[in-house]
Amino acid sequence: MSSKGKRKPKVGVFKFASCDGCQLSLLDAEDELLGVAGAIEIAYFPEATRAVVKGPYDIGLVEGSITTHHDAQRIQEVRRQCKTLITIGACATAGGIQALRNWKDVDEFIRVVYATPQFISTLKLSTPIAEHVPVDFELRGCPINKYQLIELISATLRGRKPNVPSYSACLECKRKSNVCIAVARGVACLGPVTQAGCGALCPSYDRGCYGCYGPMETPNTASLSSQFHILGQSNAQITRDFRGFNAWAWQFRKASEEYEHK
Amino acid sequence: MSGRTRTIKVDTLARVEGEGALYIKLAGERVTEVKLKIYEPPRLFEAFLRGRHFSEAPDITARICGICPIAYQMSAVHAIEGALGVRINPAVRLLRRLFYCGEWIESHVLHVYMLHAPDFLGFQDVIAMAKDHKPIVERALRLKKIGNRIVSLLGGREIHPISAAVGGFYRVPTKNQLRELVDDLEWALEASLETVHWTATLEFPDFEQDYEFVALRHPDEYPFNEGRLVSNRGLDIDAAEYEDHFVEQQVKHSNALHSVLRGRGSYLVGPMARFNMNFDKLSEVAQRAARQVRLTPPVKNPFRSITVRSIELVFACAEALRIIREYEPPAAPRVKVPNRSGVGQAITEAPRGSLYHRYAIDEQGLILTAKIVPPTSQNQKRIEDDLREYAARVATWPLDEATWKCEQAIRNYDPCISCATHFLKLTIARE
Repeated sequence: MSSKGKRKPKVGVFKFASCDGCQLSLLDAEDELLGVAGAIEIAYFPEATRAVVKGPYDIGLVEGSITTHHDAQRIQEVRRQCKTLITIGACATAGGIQALRNWKDVDEFIRVVYATPQFISTLKLSTPIAEHVPVDFELRGCPINKYQLIELISATLRGRKPNVPSYSACLECKRKSNVCIAVARGVACLGPVTQAGCGALCPSYDRGCYGCYGPMETPNTASLSSQFHILGQSNAQITRDFRGFNAWAWQFRKASEEYEHK
Repeated sequence: MSGRTRTIKVDTLARVEGEGALYIKLAGERVTEVKLKIYEPPRLFEAFLRGRHFSEAPDITARICGICPIAYQMSAVHAIEGALGVRINPAVRLLRRLFYCGEWIESHVLHVYMLHAPDFLGFQDVIAMAKDHKPIVERALRLKKIGNRIVSLLGGREIHPISAAVGGFYRVPTKNQLRELVDDLEWALEASLETVHWTATLEFPDFEQDYEFVALRHPDEYPFNEGRLVSNRGLDIDAAEYEDHFVEQQVKHSNALHSVLRGRGSYLVGPMARFNMNFDKLSEVAQRAARQVRLTPPVKNPFRSITVRSIELVFACAEALRIIREYEPPAAPRVKVPNRSGVGQAITEAPRGSLYHRYAIDEQGLILTAKIVPPTSQNQKRIEDDLREYAARVATWPLDEATWKCEQAIRNYDPCISCATHFLKLTIARE
């Protein structure tokens, strides 16, 4: 078929348990949106369009974590429909803030929020997509960085490796010539163990990093925890530090559990 | 013909934030059942906020919604400041209004142009709309970007900004940084006025309902963060009295709780309620624009909310310019907030309507209980009431057209399902 080479790649955007912020990043790319929409066929994206083009899809962007039986089954079907499956954001890559239930009794949680808990069906754990199906690329962040998303889509379409670094947020801080708030002022900062991607935002706004992009490649969480201890943080506080938007990422999970039981 | 049963059914409601479905059962022209089903999975924020430090609440609750994180941050910081007896600097108060202007601009432009307008013009989405209306879509994108620029300047980034803190901000902008926004905002004010006139030319179904409008009202200003909660039927309360008057009910078909006024039932929050209750507090330029398109209170046609939102857009741009002219940086970005116990409530005006938070905090500063009532769970019952009336009018239409119109009736509310679960799939049933 001669027209096949010209066919625009079909992209689907799928949502699971999440705040919608990561898929909104696409609509927030105001300068690039019409360009991106010209290069791909937006085949499934309920937040933006009523139109539905049936799969299979060349690229599937998945936002959100798995928290219900129904979603655990749905992700299997989404995987079957997508040639390349990319997870976007902390919910999809690490279970999100809703993974805080993973250390608690979810039935008690439901009773706190709902008067008739038996109407609510949910799993005991909030889990990342990769715990359910093979994932081709995980884009970190709470929320993701829209420029990283556009880079990732372009790289995938051209069949090259995306330029998304896995080093720590400290490198971004150094490049911005920020004075280190942890060293200079003793502020507890997760920057040394957190993957870059936000542009070292929090330290640039005079506060410690709280780990939106999840663990960097080889994080030394034990060393950072003992530093937090020296700064006067309690064990409970150190546990909370690692129990944020990427709490269920195994490195942060291990770090938080170490101090929970100390 | 009159006894024929049909079903309008939408399994995945599009151009809304979050996941919901609609099911309407019709017997002839009579609507026998309306269910707005919210199947967005529950994320249980109120449960896991317990045991977290109060300083974390603005960062955590922001994650309820990627479209209106500032609303969550603002209700959280004000409720906690109330609980702990914190008094903020007047310059911080002003900056928080500017922060909200940014979110209203970004969120209202997203809804007016990208989610709602395609319904009026018969497009599936804004990308398809851009093929025939490129200059309009380009205007939208530039406007939206300006809203996002305000948010990013004050908060570091558009989605889940990082600088809102109990007691103030982590960092505040300089006068010069704010002045750099002026040229863009002056353009945005003109573009917003064009938006009002453009949306006023759209076709509106003749559909008026008798609503109870609920919104904040402040003696001196159009409401963002302060004021009493009032209605056109005599409600006039402080945030602390909210739970005496409003009750959340659970319904089997939804993961979002329905909020109702005790003894009165459904009510409406959001731009139409704010506009009807606070027209006199809109800036002169916004009032004039409303009069020019002959839209003055009471507006009772929910399809016209697109123009009301556009008038609020004018207001937000004018207000942002006013704040920037007045701004003098505070001596410190935030006041120190020591740990102590307390209970505090706050209501602020999210783009979609009033957002209630209550926190009880212990002497170590840890949250004991949290309660959050988002605008969409307040509007949910009212949306079903609208649909009960509206579906009857389109009952004899071809199913696909009737379905689309019912979806549009839902989008009148700019529902945010992610918020409400803490929303939408359409099923019209007919045989």
